[in-house]
Amino acid sequence: MNVHEYQAKQLMKKYGIKVLGGQVARSVDEAVDGAKKLGGNIWVVKAQIHAGGRGKAGGVKLAKNLDEVKAHADDILGKTLITHQTGPEGKKVLTLLVEEGCEIEHEYYAGIVLDRTTGKVTFMASSEGGVEIEKVAEETPEKIIKVAVDPAAGFTPFIGRKLSYGIGIKDKDLVKEATKFFKGLYDLYIETDCSIAEINPMVKTKGGEIIALDAKLNFDDNALMRHPEIEALRDPTEESAEELDAAKFGLSYIALDGTIGCLVNGAGLAMGTMDIIQLHGGEPANFLDVGGGATKETVEKAFTIILSDKKVKAILVNIFGGIMKCDIIAEGVVAAAKSLGIKVPLVVRLEGTNVALGKKILNESDLTIIAADDLADAAKKVVEAAKGEA
Amino acid sequence: MAILINRDTKLITVGFTGKQGTFHSLQSRDYGTNFVGGVTPGKGGTVHEGFPVFNTVREAVDKTEANAAMIMVPPPFAADSILECIDAGMPLVIAITEGIPILDMVKVKAALNGSKTRLIGPNCPGLITPGECKIGIMPGHIHMPGKVGVVSRSGTLTYEAVFQLTQRDIGQSTCVGIGGDPVNGTDFIDILELFEKDPDTEAVIMIGEIGGNAETDAGRWIQKNMTKPVVSFIAGASAPVGKRMGHAGAIISGGDDTAEAKFKILEECGVTIARSPAELGHKMEEVLGKK
Repeated sequence: MNVHEYQAKQLMKKYGIKVLGGQVARSVDEAVDGAKKLGGNIWVVKAQIHAGGRGKAGGVKLAKNLDEVKAHADDILGKTLITHQTGPEGKKVLTLLVEEGCEIEHEYYAGIVLDRTTGKVTFMASSEGGVEIEKVAEETPEKIIKVAVDPAAGFTPFIGRKLSYGIGIKDKDLVKEATKFFKGLYDLYIETDCSIAEINPMVKTKGGEIIALDAKLNFDDNALMRHPEIEALRDPTEESAEELDAAKFGLSYIALDGTIGCLVNGAGLAMGTMDIIQLHGGEPANFLDVGGGATKETVEKAFTIILSDKKVKAILVNIFGGIMKCDIIAEGVVAAAKSLGIKVPLVVRLEGTNVALGKKILNESDLTIIAADDLADAAKKVVEAAKGEA
Repeated sequence: MAILINRDTKLITVGFTGKQGTFHSLQSRDYGTNFVGGVTPGKGGTVHEGFPVFNTVREAVDKTEANAAMIMVPPPFAADSILECIDAGMPLVIAITEGIPILDMVKVKAALNGSKTRLIGPNCPGLITPGECKIGIMPGHIHMPGKVGVVSRSGTLTYEAVFQLTQRDIGQSTCVGIGGDPVNGTDFIDILELFEKDPDTEAVIMIGEIGGNAETDAGRWIQKNMTKPVVSFIAGASAPVGKRMGHAGAIISGGDDTAEAKFKILEECGVTIARSPAELGHKMEEVLGKK
């Protein structure tokens, strides 16, 4: 789960990480009031959306007086920002963060991720901040320094020193300051079950402070059950209503751009089904894993969600029963067809646990179902059906 | 022979008395696995479905001489149960549980280091040596004993591959699901190494996914060390960047962890590629025919 920059900064402050004074605004008036409260004579008006690349897209603007704050807030609020992370549809800005300005001497990158290869929480830092870290990694990988944290020892001061010296922070007091910053970030990462913590840029100010100028935190969905305070930060306007709705029913659903709806059990098989549809010249409309604990009701819900996508021209049900029993899926298909009146062609491929019973239920219903013998046959038939050739 | 489990494996289930724990323990027993009991704290001393229940893993090992444990414990408590198994010196632990917090697994991974325990999973279907022993939630009847090893990050996609093999009369030595999480106990290379050494395995199917570099690392290992042919499919060629495809581990982050990049490297390493999941059985048939 992602949170907004302002939420991330509020959390970071609790862990002793320095951030600039800021005020959250949801209207132009609130933005101006916020700037007045902060005082000073320079402010930054920042769009709050769950995507990077806001600056380039015109979502971050410097204001030198209150009139400019007003003009920028008016411009950015309600605007749809399109960045490399939003997709072509972009994201509408509903919230602003108005921040104090600061005098930057140098911009660094600081982040924590989980290194899958070692299974360890790992720091990444670079002297090259304020730019895309992926680019730095590609062009000058030697400028990125990584330090893995031993899970038993946790954060110890040498990690802070290694990172600081590694990115060119040499002044004794500044090394201490940076180490405090890294320690705070690590504690935050561990205590709130982050999966990504990224500060880009982390800056050294002319006053000799280390400050998080931007902040991106991503939390492990599997751990949210033990962090109600993090779950409370969820912004439903940033997430797909269909995906959230699906999750309530234990369904894992992701909308895509194609015309063939997919209902599959298991994440791997669901991806494999999308792949084979593409190999046969079709485009999947979604990823949908009904999971192992699906009931007649959840299968019906899955159909409702798939059919809410008006691009869908045909549906492929591909079930390999393990925990999931084929007869349950068949009952769900029949129930959904009755209650929703499925008008698009439906290709069904069932295999595994209780397959005979499942096929019997489908045969005895009066549904028009295109039965498929195997995976390749199913893909071929559904692609033809979506093109209107079936 | 096969790998990891066989007729001599003695299984207990941690979380035995729960609904899923009971169902899958009995399914394993019915398949022929030597199931000897279970662990549910607070229910020690009772008998469930004719099997003894213990309060601790240690006690279960002492009384039953179990050498494998299946974890069927809900996500918030699953890592704790794995740690208890490591503490009890359990040689093989199979964690079926999906949704364990990643940082819990970081601790487990550290505890595994230098221990006597091999962990399979979490978030996996388990493993099966057809005709001998099944530990997990896979449908037993689609398997048949034979010479092809299967290792996979995905559950139902493994069933798909096994089904295609069995339909072609190609049996399996052992099928291992290593799980779809970013941090797991056993990776592809561990299993490939066991298959390479196993005289009963002649060829291997490896099923991977987008995200991470476990498959490319495996490819390079295969190129250097493996004499037996490997057929591979990577799921997620059609997946968009930055979207998590169900499994916590299946998300494309950089440029090297797409299906296309993995196919390319595996091919360079001498692995036979199946671009479609429907071709796995057929490709294996070709590979075995060529031998």
